Amino acid sequence: MRDEVISVSPDNLVGSVAILKVEGYRFVTLSCMQGAENTLVVLYHFDKNLVLKHLRVNTPADCALPSITPVYFAAFLVENEIQDLFGLHFSGLAVDYERTLYLEEEDVRVTPFCEYTVAKTPNDKAKMLPASADLRSTGGS
Amino acid sequence: MLKTVIPFGPQHPVLPEPLHLKLLVEEDVITEAIPALGFVHRGLEMLANIRDFHQVIQVVERVCGICSMIHAMCYCQSIEALMEIEVPPRAKFLRTIWSELHRMHSHLLWLGLFADSFGFESLFMQLWKIREKVLDLNEATTGNRIIVSVNVIGGVRRDLNPEQISWMLAELAAVELEINRLGSTLLTDYTVKKRTAGKGVITKDKAFEFGLVGPTLRASGVCQDMRMLGYAAFDQLDFEPVVETEGDCYARSKVRFREVLQSIDLIRQALSRIAQSEIRTKVKGRPEGETVCRVEQPRGELLYYIKANGTKNLERLRIRTPTFANIPALLVILPGMWLSDVPVVVLSIDPCISCTER
Repeated sequence: MRDEVISVSPDNLVGSVAILKVEGYRFVTLSCMQGAENTLVVLYHFDKNLVLKHLRVNTPADCALPSITPVYFAAFLVENEIQDLFGLHFSGLAVDYERTLYLEEEDVRVTPFCEYTVAKTPNDKAKMLPASADLRSTGGS
Repeated sequence: MLKTVIPFGPQHPVLPEPLHLKLLVEEDVITEAIPALGFVHRGLEMLANIRDFHQVIQVVERVCGICSMIHAMCYCQSIEALMEIEVPPRAKFLRTIWSELHRMHSHLLWLGLFADSFGFESLFMQLWKIREKVLDLNEATTGNRIIVSVNVIGGVRRDLNPEQISWMLAELAAVELEINRLGSTLLTDYTVKKRTAGKGVITKDKAFEFGLVGPTLRASGVCQDMRMLGYAAFDQLDFEPVVETEGDCYARSKVRFREVLQSIDLIRQALSRIAQSEIRTKVKGRPEGETVCRVEQPRGELLYYIKANGTKNLERLRIRTPTFANIPALLVILPGMWLSDVPVVVLSIDPCISCTER
């Protein structure tokens, strides 16, 4: 990418975002994608004077990532979207839809944008792993 | 005090698309508003991963009908950046012209719906009558009224001949005349001002903090427009973003009204300066790497993140649409407002749920 990309650890994420806010950056959005070996990559996009800066976070799919909503409240919508689509849990989310922003409880696809499992019956659903579990080790459908 | 929960949408006379708001109300005053989505989610980002990267143009054009051309342009620009394709200058001008026509018909659609939201039916009909002329321009120059499908990776499919350019200029003059005729009603009418001025105010600081985009941001006094990046042929046109400072529904309608006239000016500039060249570069190879591209949709900043691995399928296509950025602000501006003002304020951000959910 032509823009500046800074790699940060999950532990330093909220602090790094807070610094960007103080520096006058506007929150743009997050992009999530599958990484290598049960990890997810989350890119945090920020803008200042039409120039983008990105923070890149690699996180195990079964670990919660700290929410940045205490710094940028507007991030709650995209964090909820990522929870729905990738099963990545955000801790401390200001408004938490608990994975029902898009998904219906009776039509749960655990992680639609990763390799996913589909719960078809109540029994299947009972067996379904929680959102924070290592979902891709269960195999795709 | 007894609290009442009022479901607003997903089907509501003022909403053209299905957005649901759970409104907590005390004596007709909103105390809390929680949006709910998921009624039109189609998984288009996922679909893009299993289509050939050339076919994805048809996928992204269907993210949103109203700004389909701009979605396709942003996608093509992203792939062109990854593959280092130089787009012919004439194609850049043509993209600019069609994207501004899209902005015009989108804003006219919204202005009509906005008039309808406070019961001004005749204004609604007059604005949509003008919009038909813009759609006629689309149809005559591209073959389609809404989903114009002119973008390809490396340029555009269609060109304009001198007769079409002359005809477009004449039609734009007629459109401009009619818009100006309605301007005095839209901007000075007592009823319009009574229902919109001072409603749903977002200050400059709040607009920036909530990451708002587009006319909603510019109506709060922030001078930011992705066309300032100079993509397509915007770097060769005289362009200054339209900004208002009041931050209310009235200011948001003023920004969009003025942007319709600005688009006419930009199209005129583009038609007068259009370069003579091919309209399409031959594309070889497959994209590899990652890139972010941003353009200005009628509703605001559109962001495409693309990761490609040198195969015919993309590894990841991520689309952040403007309404997605503007919805969080509703949680903050609706509390404290009269229930009767909710339809006007919600519509004032020009919500496009088709875009939002993809």
